[in-house]
Amino acid sequence: MRSENRAPLGLKVAAAAGLLFMLAPLALIFLYAFSTEDRTYAWPPPGLTLDWFAVTWNRRDVWEALTLSVQVAAVSTVIALIFGTLIAAAVSGTKFFGRETISLLVILPIALPGIITGISLRSAFNLMDIPFSFWTIVLGHATFCIVVVYNNAVARFRRLHGSLVEAAMDLGADGFQTFRYVILPNLGTALLAGGMLAFALSFDEVIVTTFTAGQQQTLPIWMLEELIRPRQRPVTNVVAMVVVLVTFLPILAAFYLTRGGEQSTAGMGK
Amino acid sequence: MTSLAHTGAILPNQRGWLGNVSDHFWRRPGLLIFLMLVPALLWLGIVYLGSLLALLLQSFFSIDEFSGLIKHELTLKTYGELFKPQNLDIIVRTTLMAGIVTLASAVIAFPIAYMAARYARGKWKALFYLGIMLPLWASYLVKVYAWKLILAKEGILNWMFEKLGLTWLLEGWLALPLIGGNSLSISYTGTFLVFLYVWMPFMILPIQAAIERVPTNLLDAAADLGATPRQSFWKVLFPLALPGIIAGSIFTFSLTLGDYIIPQIVGNSQFFIGQAVYSHQGTAGNIPLAAAFTVVPILIMGVYLWLAKRAGAFDAL
Repeated sequence: MRSENRAPLGLKVAAAAGLLFMLAPLALIFLYAFSTEDRTYAWPPPGLTLDWFAVTWNRRDVWEALTLSVQVAAVSTVIALIFGTLIAAAVSGTKFFGRETISLLVILPIALPGIITGISLRSAFNLMDIPFSFWTIVLGHATFCIVVVYNNAVARFRRLHGSLVEAAMDLGADGFQTFRYVILPNLGTALLAGGMLAFALSFDEVIVTTFTAGQQQTLPIWMLEELIRPRQRPVTNVVAMVVVLVTFLPILAAFYLTRGGEQSTAGMGK
Repeated sequence: MTSLAHTGAILPNQRGWLGNVSDHFWRRPGLLIFLMLVPALLWLGIVYLGSLLALLLQSFFSIDEFSGLIKHELTLKTYGELFKPQNLDIIVRTTLMAGIVTLASAVIAFPIAYMAARYARGKWKALFYLGIMLPLWASYLVKVYAWKLILAKEGILNWMFEKLGLTWLLEGWLALPLIGGNSLSISYTGTFLVFLYVWMPFMILPIQAAIERVPTNLLDAAADLGATPRQSFWKVLFPLALPGIIAGSIFTFSLTLGDYIIPQIVGNSQFFIGQAVYSHQGTAGNIPLAAAFTVVPILIMGVYLWLAKRAGAFDAL
């Protein structure tokens, strides 16, 4: 008799207030991008304008930071895709000694605070006299991106029945054919989703990057400097809005790709 | 002429050397798994574990107070420095803040997770999911930036208090010792709000998953046996959802513990652990002390994870 699906009013109000608390600040970012005010964070905005979009478009430092961020994220995602899938395949197919340890090792870079990953990489670079470069940033990013791909791939492998592989083999396919025609198509969307989340994660990363970038500026580093010493508030407003959009699209796409059963994997660990 | 082998169940290899390789792997699955794991484990082992261990090793070195150079001999002197009052202060402050942020996160996250797990259906379920995922995955710095806009003196929060005629309330709050300050953006209250905003979303999904796993007929049974809705919530649902809350708290607690950017941007000038690590390895050049400081959150998290495991939180992950 109590199974009717009506939420108590108090719960509805609390949940709505919670969602408002989560979403309103993001909406504010969109509004500020159009504000005419350029010296303070004044609310309400004295007027609305599109001018700052043009100003931002012509800023070389913003473009350079954006390019570096996209390149780093792309390379890190590819590395994470390869390693994450390989580990997931090895771990999910069989049971062997040290399996749990390997899962722990993959999750560790995310489970420990980012500052620890950052400072250990920085001190290792110092010890070995490795100068900061594009590759030092990638080294850090790929390490914590592996877990995102791994989580998505492991969830999919779990749903992939061993009998499918056996059937392919019985029908005469060899190991590589089975992989190409049976496993890969089944894995496809999970890898795409994992890859996009890894991209979003790397594109946004700042804590590890401050330790591994040296003088280079990724977009988050550019934003961090603006946050500490605001110089061009209107440009920062526009960049902030664009960053929100750029990270939202992969999330939306990943949501549609993994709909049905394994949604929670997308949120595991950031 | 057709030989017998061609008609048997086992087909001859038709794909040249590639087929040979494949057959070889089929006969020895262990070898294939080994080859799949080697590159990734080399990467994680050398790049990640290697640097981590090198860092830990350095925490056992010490710095010469006169020359400022690092003495490469093993000692516990640097760890002793952690117990100086000013360093102990930093550790206590950070842990307290992480604890309070975690508690507040649970209070805000629970109704959202409960609503999404029990009552949202169809279109609403998708909306809830996106409403949770977008803030969760939105750029960290943009979220901090949004709060810089909100907490600014000329920003929306002060404006709202003014319009509601509640400026006295805000001023009274800021006049309080410890949690107050000259303005919201340089007080612990501001730091707390930003921490809460940035790390709270990580708690929702584990709680939601835990609530979804509670069978509805348990609640029906409780109602049939005469429990009021309030009783069946506190006696049945809440205890079963608790592992999910603890699992979620691992994220909020750990992430708040290691954050050094938020207190640097919003807050007074008192250090948190992350800032201490950052400044010791940077301008001060005291890598051993910085390394020793990073051991603190690792230890705290170790204890926390151990307690969480005993509470059964890992099954809820």
